[in-house]
Order: sequence, then structure tokens, then C-alpha cells
Amino acid sequence: MRDWQPSASLETLKNRARLLQRIRAFFHARQVLEVETPVLSRAGVTDPHLESFATEDLGQTFYLHSSPEFPMKRLLAAGSGDIYQLCKVFRRDERGRRHNPEFTLLEWYRLDMDHHQLMQEVDALVRAVLNEQLTLEATRYFSYRQLFETFTGLEPFSAGVEELKQYTGQQGLQISGIEADDKDAWLDIILTHVIEPALPRNCPVFVHDYPASQAALARIREGTPAVAERFELYLNGMELANGFHELRDSKEQRRRFEKGNRARQQAGLAEVPMDENLLAALEAGLPDCSGVALGVDRLLMLALGKTDIGEVLAFDSQRT
Amino acid sequence: MASYSTNEFRSGLKIMIDGDPCSIIENEFVKPGKGQAFNRVKLRNLKTGRVLEKTYKSGESVEAADVMDTDMQYLYNDGDAWHFMHPDTFEQVAADKSAIGEMSKWLKEQDTVTVTLWNGVPIAVTPPNHVVLTVVETDPGVRGDTSGGGGKPAICDTGAVVRVPLFIDQGENIKVDTRTGEYVGRAKDE
Repeated sequence: MRDWQPSASLETLKNRARLLQRIRAFFHARQVLEVETPVLSRAGVTDPHLESFATEDLGQTFYLHSSPEFPMKRLLAAGSGDIYQLCKVFRRDERGRRHNPEFTLLEWYRLDMDHHQLMQEVDALVRAVLNEQLTLEATRYFSYRQLFETFTGLEPFSAGVEELKQYTGQQGLQISGIEADDKDAWLDIILTHVIEPALPRNCPVFVHDYPASQAALARIREGTPAVAERFELYLNGMELANGFHELRDSKEQRRRFEKGNRARQQAGLAEVPMDENLLAALEAGLPDCSGVALGVDRLLMLALGKTDIGEVLAFDSQRT
Repeated sequence: MASYSTNEFRSGLKIMIDGDPCSIIENEFVKPGKGQAFNRVKLRNLKTGRVLEKTYKSGESVEAADVMDTDMQYLYNDGDAWHFMHPDTFEQVAADKSAIGEMSKWLKEQDTVTVTLWNGVPIAVTPPNHVVLTVVETDPGVRGDTSGGGGKPAICDTGAVVRVPLFIDQGENIKVDTRTGEYVGRAKDE
């Protein structure tokens, strides 16, 4: 017999609708404008760790967006002011208890805020929408360096790859396929296998000021060492949001796109066309702003104590 | 050589690790939003039975293990090896002590068991959940005592020692749960 039934209970779907309402009410009260941008784009994402779905129309390739970041920044450059979007995004080959190849993202941008101010607002949003289901304790903030020092005793900026590798061995981890010189991958192993499970529970945990090599689209603050003005939010050990004090320099943005494509080439992945519209918008001028993307399905999982993302989706990827 | 990509990982899949066939118990996809994706897997080494954990970079290929579970009839033990026969092809295989291990005490001639073959060679044997054994040695039965309290050890025809109620006598057939090693009841004549 075909399993045509939803993967979420009807009770959960009612909670989902209520969560979306509360998110919209939060931004309505703060006068942040809701926008919609195209799901299909001629440009892709050059990040070697993100694989976009591709389709075609009139002989041209279009990519399904993995986040609405580029067109939203074009709106900001065009003078939109504060904006937010709730939309489905698509990422290939991501499937697991916390991953579904299509999922709902809440993304928003605030003018004249740095990443610390935006962390405060993310905290306020999470508390506002979860207050019916979860009682949260005081929020914790760690810099990336403090986080590693607190939970592993490692100094992530000065540690060599060999030291990181040795540490994973001491923790009893058997790792296969990570290149010996890929320091960021070894840091990711330690973050996901050792630190995430040890993070404090029942309170939002923000991590900020990442290694410059993990900046993505964040601006880099000069210093020793230079750090990326990027943050992540964890709740009960689950990664929930990623934010940036946004990079405004179009030349630097082009260099990062090119670097991404070079990394893709080295990894045997197809290069993707970079978003020239975004680069032109940055050239014209992006206002000083911070932006963040938050996984709505995971937020609902945490609110309802669900452990599999399929339990909060009307139909998970197995049932489509 | 056959291989699987991490994208194909699921529980029950058989892969090779450090020269030993292993079965995936659990596969977890782990990916930081802006970083490398991994598959964190929990596996059982099919030769030793030991459980281990390993993390692969997503997209990596891993050698497949040619492992098959086959229902076969247990024939006899010749002192060194245990012999099994495929009921349809009558093909026979012999398993040594390392493959049989503790399971020898549940093997009764003519019973159908699951033989795990790796490259055609038996590496493990799983008896049925319930087997009927004959008690060959135990203290005399206490008639009328059906309280079930206490109990006493009984040696069975396969060499297994099972704790049985006081009323069980030598020569009786008993049903035993091979997963727990516990007495289930008197075997009814079938």
C-alpha cells in the first residue's frame, strides 16, 4: 500500500501555521517589510559545500536558490530599507534527521546594525516565538576562540592541522576522507562531533567572530588574527541560524566568488556562474547592514521536541 | 570492485572497514550550514560483533562487502567444523569455531538457521529466536511445584545450560529463547 499520508501530524501543522503567524507579527511590529524574490536564478552559489538544483528554460540554465541572499541584497541596494522573507530554499544531497533537500528559511536584513546588535534581535525573535513551548534561560555568547577554549582547550586560530587531527584521535573519533591540510574541515569535525553535543541546553548559544577562512559573505575585521564578523545560533545543540555583518566591497565579493569556483574546480565540481547582478548592486552601494538566515523547520522541531525534520514537514522528501 | 557512495548509506548496508565486513546500524548526515558535510555512521563488525563509529566525508566511496544472509539447515558437527546445507540447492558450507562462537549451544541438527556468508564463507550464524532442546541432566523434578520460583540449572543435549523451573525432569523437551538464553516453557509435542 502506498504511504500517501503526511509525515507530520495535523496538530504539528497547526503549530507550524501558528509559528509562521508569530514570525510575521514580530516583524510587523518592528516595521520590517516582507518581500518575495525569485526562486530561479541564472546565477548560482560558488560555495564548494553547497550544491544547487539546476533546471532549464528556453535553453538556459536556472538554479533553484539555496538562500534568497543575493536578490535581497539587491533590494537593500535599491533602497528597500529593513526587509525579511519566508521562503522554501533548495540544497542538493542534504538529507538526514536535521536536513531535507527543500526547507523553509527565514532571512532578514537590518540597516545600521552590526552582527552583535543583530544577535540581540535574533535572540528576541526566538524567545518571542517559542515562549508558549519553551522556557529559556539566559543567553550565552562565545567568540569562536572562547568556544574552542572552553569546550576543548584548543586555540583554534593558532593550532596547526596536526594538533587538531591528534585531538580528534584522542577523542576516539575515526575520520576518513578529510585532506590533511584542510584545517577548516578539521575544525568543523571538532565543532560538530565534540562541541555541539556539549553545548549548554535550554538557552540560546551564540558563537561569533569566525576564522577569516570561514567568512562566507561576512566582512572581515582586521586584527591579529583577522576575524569574520559572522555568527551562528545554537539551541539545544542544534544549529539554527547563521548571520553576517554584511560584506559591502564588490571587489572583495568578486574575489570570494572566484575563490569558490577555484575550490569547486579542485574538488571536481562544476563551476557556476557568479551573480553579476549582486556585484553590480554592491558596486552601486549596499547600505551598512547585518543579515541572518534561520531554519524555520528546525525552530519548530525545537518548539515541539521533535528529533526528525520529517515530523514537522507536511511531506518529507521520502513522500514527495 | 563494487562500492557505495555515502549518499547510499542506510542501515543494513554492508561495507568493508580495515579489511573486515561491517553492517551499518545508523547513518547520520552532519553538515554545518557553511562547511564540510559528513556522514557519521555506527557499524557492527560482522566478524567480531563489535560496534564502532566512523565519520566519512560526504560523497566519499567505500568498498562494498559481499555479505549475504542465507537460511540453511544445520546438519552436523564433525569435531572441527559445523556443516550447513542450502535447502534448495543442497549446496553445503562448513563454518569454523570463530564463525560459530557461542552459538554452538543453540544448534540442533535439522534446525533452520541464518548463516551469514562473506565472499561465500560463513562468518556468523544466527539461530532461530526459539529452539526446542532436550534436558539431559538436572536435579530430579519436584512434582506439583509450578510456582516457578527459584529454579535450577539444566544441561541440554546441545550443551547449553538453561535455568528451568523445579518441576522439569530429565528427558523433557523445553523451549528456550536464544536471544536471552531463558526458558520459555515446556515444548508441546508437535
